[in-house]
Amino acid sequence: MSATGIGAAVRRKEDFRFITGHGQYTDDVVRPGETRAVFVRSPHAHAKIKSIDVSAAKKLPGVIDILTGTDLATDKIGNLICGWMIHSKDGTPMHMAAHPALAAGKVNCVGDAVAVVIAETTAQGRDAAEKVKVEYEVLTAVVDPAKAQAQGAPQIHPDIANNTIYQWSLGDQKATASAFAAAKHVTKLDIINNRLVPNAMEPRAALAEYDEGSDHLTLWNTSQNPHVARLVIAAFVGMAPEHKLRVIAPDVGGGFGSKIFIYPEEVVCLWAARKVKRPVKWTSDRSEAFLTDAHGRDHVTHAELALDANGKILALRAKTIANLGAYMSTFSSSVPTYLYATLLSGQYDIPSIYCEVDAVYTNTAPVDAYRGAGRPEATFVVERLMEVSARQMQIDPADLRRRNFINKFPHQTPVIMAYDAGDYLASLKKALELADVKGFPKRRREAARHNKLRGLGYSTYIEACGIAPSQAVGSLGAGVGLWESAEVRVNPTGSVEVLTGSHSHGQGHETTFAQLVSERLGIPMENVSIVHGDTDKVQFGMGTYGSRSGAVGMSAIVKALDKIEAKAKKVAAYVLEAAEGDIEFKDGKFTVAGTDKSAAWGDVALNAYIAHKFVGADLEPGLKETSFYDPTNFTFPAGCHICEVEIDADTGKTEIVNWTAIDDFGTVINPMIVEGQVHGGVAQGIGQALLEGAIYDKEGQLVTGSMMDYTMPRAHDLPSFHVGLTETKSPSNPLGIKGCGEAGAIAAPAAVINAITDAIETEDLAMPATANAVWSALQRAKPRQAA
Amino acid sequence: MPAVSMTVNGKAVTGNVEERTLLVQFLREHLRLTGTHVGCDTSQCGACVVHIDGIAGKSCTLLALQCEGMKITTIEGLAEPGGPLHPMQEAFREHHGLQCGYCTPGMIMAALDIVRRRGNDLDEHTIRDQLDGNICRCTGYHNIVKAIAAGAKNMAKGGGARQAAE
Repeated sequence: MSATGIGAAVRRKEDFRFITGHGQYTDDVVRPGETRAVFVRSPHAHAKIKSIDVSAAKKLPGVIDILTGTDLATDKIGNLICGWMIHSKDGTPMHMAAHPALAAGKVNCVGDAVAVVIAETTAQGRDAAEKVKVEYEVLTAVVDPAKAQAQGAPQIHPDIANNTIYQWSLGDQKATASAFAAAKHVTKLDIINNRLVPNAMEPRAALAEYDEGSDHLTLWNTSQNPHVARLVIAAFVGMAPEHKLRVIAPDVGGGFGSKIFIYPEEVVCLWAARKVKRPVKWTSDRSEAFLTDAHGRDHVTHAELALDANGKILALRAKTIANLGAYMSTFSSSVPTYLYATLLSGQYDIPSIYCEVDAVYTNTAPVDAYRGAGRPEATFVVERLMEVSARQMQIDPADLRRRNFINKFPHQTPVIMAYDAGDYLASLKKALELADVKGFPKRRREAARHNKLRGLGYSTYIEACGIAPSQAVGSLGAGVGLWESAEVRVNPTGSVEVLTGSHSHGQGHETTFAQLVSERLGIPMENVSIVHGDTDKVQFGMGTYGSRSGAVGMSAIVKALDKIEAKAKKVAAYVLEAAEGDIEFKDGKFTVAGTDKSAAWGDVALNAYIAHKFVGADLEPGLKETSFYDPTNFTFPAGCHICEVEIDADTGKTEIVNWTAIDDFGTVINPMIVEGQVHGGVAQGIGQALLEGAIYDKEGQLVTGSMMDYTMPRAHDLPSFHVGLTETKSPSNPLGIKGCGEAGAIAAPAAVINAITDAIETEDLAMPATANAVWSALQRAKPRQAA
Repeated sequence: MPAVSMTVNGKAVTGNVEERTLLVQFLREHLRLTGTHVGCDTSQCGACVVHIDGIAGKSCTLLALQCEGMKITTIEGLAEPGGPLHPMQEAFREHHGLQCGYCTPGMIMAALDIVRRRGNDLDEHTIRDQLDGNICRCTGYHNIVKAIAAGAKNMAKGGGARQAAE
């Protein structure tokens, strides 16, 4: 391993600009003559728009134009779409309602945009937005997903009966039912997977510019996948032909899924920029973000686990209602189906699984992928069932897991996935040691002496990452292929630019991707630039989500580097006047086998461009190669997280006193960055378990609409983490990488709730387990003794 | 529009602003110092923390006009251009105290204020407690806490450029 190669904890190349205040996020970009967009948003969750009067607002200083949904329809701007087709179990395609970028005739959630003010300044835009008169006829709102399908529930979208998008199923219902009938023990749980607001620290923003001379649009956008944004805005929204639309995602301040999607605001900015013939910028404030960013999770589930007398799992079944909100966001349909039910086998050998999922509309913000997307929900179901089963059957929870672990690979689960590599026993064993589980009973007794309830909870999670083989996802309904592209450009001086379709918004690709190139070509990392996030520079790419940039994005770079090396060897053969087959390349040097002749990397790069040593008929000048890499399987990161809590029985306040995470991510490029990803993921998982929850009242108002009402995890809410690794390489990509971005958020919620319910000795506890919730659960479980 | 004058990163600046202009807007939009960020609208997240007459403050919660005659230091003013990084900046890089970088300027400015108030020998509990006004969504704070402890220690050794509380 070199000092900067694969496996080295290299400090990040991108950090200098961020720690000196020179990052360039979308709102930092300024275009000459730029205007500001301010949206007029619905204060009602469900209402008809009777009229919109912009006349008074238009007269205010600084107002350039005010546009409404009627204008949008007149200009034939198309609707936003959901790009993953799901069929119901009866074969009918999902019911996708129209989603115009500005509401047409009716609003379906608080924050739905009904008009946009284009003004010289944001303040002037806000003044005008307040003067836009919108007359609404308020309708009854549908808020609770469990009641959305009830007879007599208000219908949100015309022609979509019972607010039901699809009724989907996976697995063998009959076989599962027979297994349950024969079971010695059945564990039953009702679970609410709480709704979360992603809250990337940089709010979404869009800046659109129209060049009249070339009829060309440019969009700077807070996007995790600018090429997909361009494709959807061109092909479906019909804003401009793809070759006349450039999308740039500069520095992006966190995504966590919420910046994958194509949102109304960017569409409106592009459309307005062309209309007013000046650049138009919109920057979300946090209140808008709470209302309009796609939320995450929001499942209502009944789950059951069937076991034999020895604790061997026979079958699992689940029925889930997934709330997709007012409109179907870009990939919303896939989250509670193929990213959820396919992971219900966990790390366990389960003969039969059956899952039904109903996806419903409600008058709330759209719900889509948020860090983990479906897999945290699946892990929570499986790992809660395991812990509760262990308690009910009086088996040690680690032992129950051991008895059921898959230990032969490949392993075909009953729910599509074929796990290709893993060692679940190894990560459990390492975690048990690091967490000192043996010493737990003593710590529990010690805590009890101080009137503290101490508990310990496991989560032996699995996820499917590195999404994914295009053919596989295509067969499941995806509207796109999920390969990745890379272009490696070697300059005449030997420095290298890598153009990647992956997008970094905190993951440190500028460092890890450069480490890969440094190792392969034997050149210093400083001589490598990583270029991403611009559709004019990178030809196409699928972007970053689903922990895919290492497994898929870096694999594409490997493939392109293979081609670079092959071509460079041809050039070296001419330079060294040797046969191509005799050229060897190692540590940045080309040598001729069996001789002392050699040429440095830089010499060969220069010779590729000056082309003095070969004729064009034999070899093309230049050194630049492209690759599109399509993986052969998902990857399956897995591991064991153990949470230890101490609860104040008088207040219900939970303190996480120890966190142990042992993860198998396959090959690790930069352990410092990987550990950082685990820390951040676990923090979000703990946030879901203890603090966070989006709450709508019965009228569809978001009660938790600011950071004063929605509890973001702060430094004093979290412990330091004990993080370690095991390694089985993924056989499905050339580097053996599995991916690490989501593991923490997937593993953590179940570990926390398993620990708390261990401490308070009742399973009757929903997330977020606030002090109030835990205290109330304690009161329900143990009625207070008479004073 | 009224005029406002202040010293920003050691340089005298003047601007004409609407009365309702916030300090952060003045810094970002008038002076083009975009290292100071806006992450919320309720004074909760701390992405906008700068030093105002040597004390950390949320620049989203002050009007520019309130800062008449004051000395403001932003993230851009911590190290001399081309000079060495401030020890706290260096510590954030060394300990991987940032991922997306958006909260980082506010974190570093808040960290320096913790050092000003609590000294150079900071334990984990103190740092976590004192970071109450700053939110990070990426790092889980683990490495931020390490970075601040290390940065504070290195400041005592006298390394780095312009000190925070000037």
